[in-house]
Amino acid sequence: MAVTARPASLDAQKLRADFPIFEQKIHGKPLAYLDSAASSQKPRQVLDVLRDFYETSYANVHRGVYVLSERATEAYEGAREIAREFVNAPSGRELIFTRSATESINLVAYAWGLDNLGPGDAVLVTELEHHSNFVPWQYIAKRTGADFRLLPIDDHGELRLDALDGLADGVKVVATNHVSNSLGTVNPVAKLAAWAHEHGAIMVVDAAQGAPHHRVDVQELGCDFLAFSSHKLCGPTGVGALWGRAELLEPMAPFNLGGHMIRAVRAEDTTWGELPYKFEAGTMPIAEAVGFGAAMQYVSAVGLDAIAEYESELAAYALERIGEVDGVTCYGPPADRRAGIVSFNVEGIHPHDVAQVLDSEGVAIRAGHHCCQPLMTRLGVAATNRASFYLYTLPEEIDRLVDGLHKVKKILG
Amino acid sequence: MEDLYREVILDHYKNPRGHGVIEDADAQAEGLNPLCGDEVSIFVQFADDGETIDEVKFSGRGCAISQASTSMLMEMVKGRTATEIAELPKEALLDEVGIPLTPIRLKCALLGLGVLKVALHRAKGTPLPEEWAGLDELDLK
Repeated sequence: MAVTARPASLDAQKLRADFPIFEQKIHGKPLAYLDSAASSQKPRQVLDVLRDFYETSYANVHRGVYVLSERATEAYEGAREIAREFVNAPSGRELIFTRSATESINLVAYAWGLDNLGPGDAVLVTELEHHSNFVPWQYIAKRTGADFRLLPIDDHGELRLDALDGLADGVKVVATNHVSNSLGTVNPVAKLAAWAHEHGAIMVVDAAQGAPHHRVDVQELGCDFLAFSSHKLCGPTGVGALWGRAELLEPMAPFNLGGHMIRAVRAEDTTWGELPYKFEAGTMPIAEAVGFGAAMQYVSAVGLDAIAEYESELAAYALERIGEVDGVTCYGPPADRRAGIVSFNVEGIHPHDVAQVLDSEGVAIRAGHHCCQPLMTRLGVAATNRASFYLYTLPEEIDRLVDGLHKVKKILG
Repeated sequence: MEDLYREVILDHYKNPRGHGVIEDADAQAEGLNPLCGDEVSIFVQFADDGETIDEVKFSGRGCAISQASTSMLMEMVKGRTATEIAELPKEALLDEVGIPLTPIRLKCALLGLGVLKVALHRAKGTPLPEEWAGLDELDLK
């Protein structure tokens, strides 16, 4: 796949030409899309693959003996191989397509958790979690009688690893996000995984926010399960992935039941199919998975290290510029320890009003609790404003955000 | 945009009417908009007839739209009867607010009215109309 630019250091201005969405104006102004942590925009290279697949190769996958079904199967399984390589998984059998990162985590929480947790066991998640990696574990812990615990953060929004040993009793699952979607904190996953294994727990990683922006290597991280999704990674909505260790996936009960996940179905009993198909019941989001593959190729061609470095520069610039505005509080760690996400509040002005005024300037940011209510409680706020960046974000868009904040203060201050 | 934050909205936001608490209120409720964390508490004091809204106050925190529309609501309902306000259509308040609202911001604008209705229906022992269902479960403890 050809990417318009493959610079040694990333050329966002050039990459923007790949994204048709930026060809329009919002309220008469160029779109400054600063909400990529919620979902990313899509490059032509991915949109073209989707259209081409539907126009030339679409049919249901597997079992079809005709040409189109073979083509579709090849494209779908090709996407699996791209995903395997993307996270450096040892085998494609361990790479399961799902409907979202949320579904990936639910799969582990239900299929592993219900059979492996009970009274006396504990699930440990962090105070930084998105509800997607919090609510399923809280629920399954309750269902099984296991204890549900929170690893606290410090005032910089970083995990307090010194608190780990006090939370170790009976721990069976440690679940964390790779990158915090609210604060941009990059978590020490490898360290947590080592600690989890020392205590006989499995390590579950929500990489929905990490994988689009940082190189992810499941073997280097040493985790047991890793969830990520397409739509935050320049790909279509409706598809995600779960990587899991084969030795854990093999004995696990299925999650969704139905077509394609079976070996044999009889009136008395049903036996399950092989990995990864045991976990892919029903017709999967086929074209979306193929588009997801194209998206992984796109961001890989741009270069994940280049993306991470560029976003870290943007975060440093944004923290400096936003911090200059009187009455603004920024949350989270210093720039060198965060991804391209900046959460902040303007004193006395509700985030909804901030975001609404910014929208009138063509600047799109998110305002709310970012699906992190426990974290908002810890920060002592109801909501924050959040600006988040990607490979197409320009420094001048951060300037426009800052100009917009002055306008916000003029109107509502 | 300038429409949204028109002068009357900003005036109510910056100088809210009826802001405060009534101790030992005859009717009272609290509500939360889970989408944005807006919180509103409303307190009502009836006149001797047990029906006319003699005094009404609100407290809370939230966006300009939720706070301004609740402030406008306080002016609107004072001196009217509980039955009348319990049945007040939402359009009555929205006309008063008078700004174009997206579905998300509509929830902000109607939070105060919903909480007031919960308070009044509760005090009167009448069921909350279905269109406001759910709001009485969002009470802050």
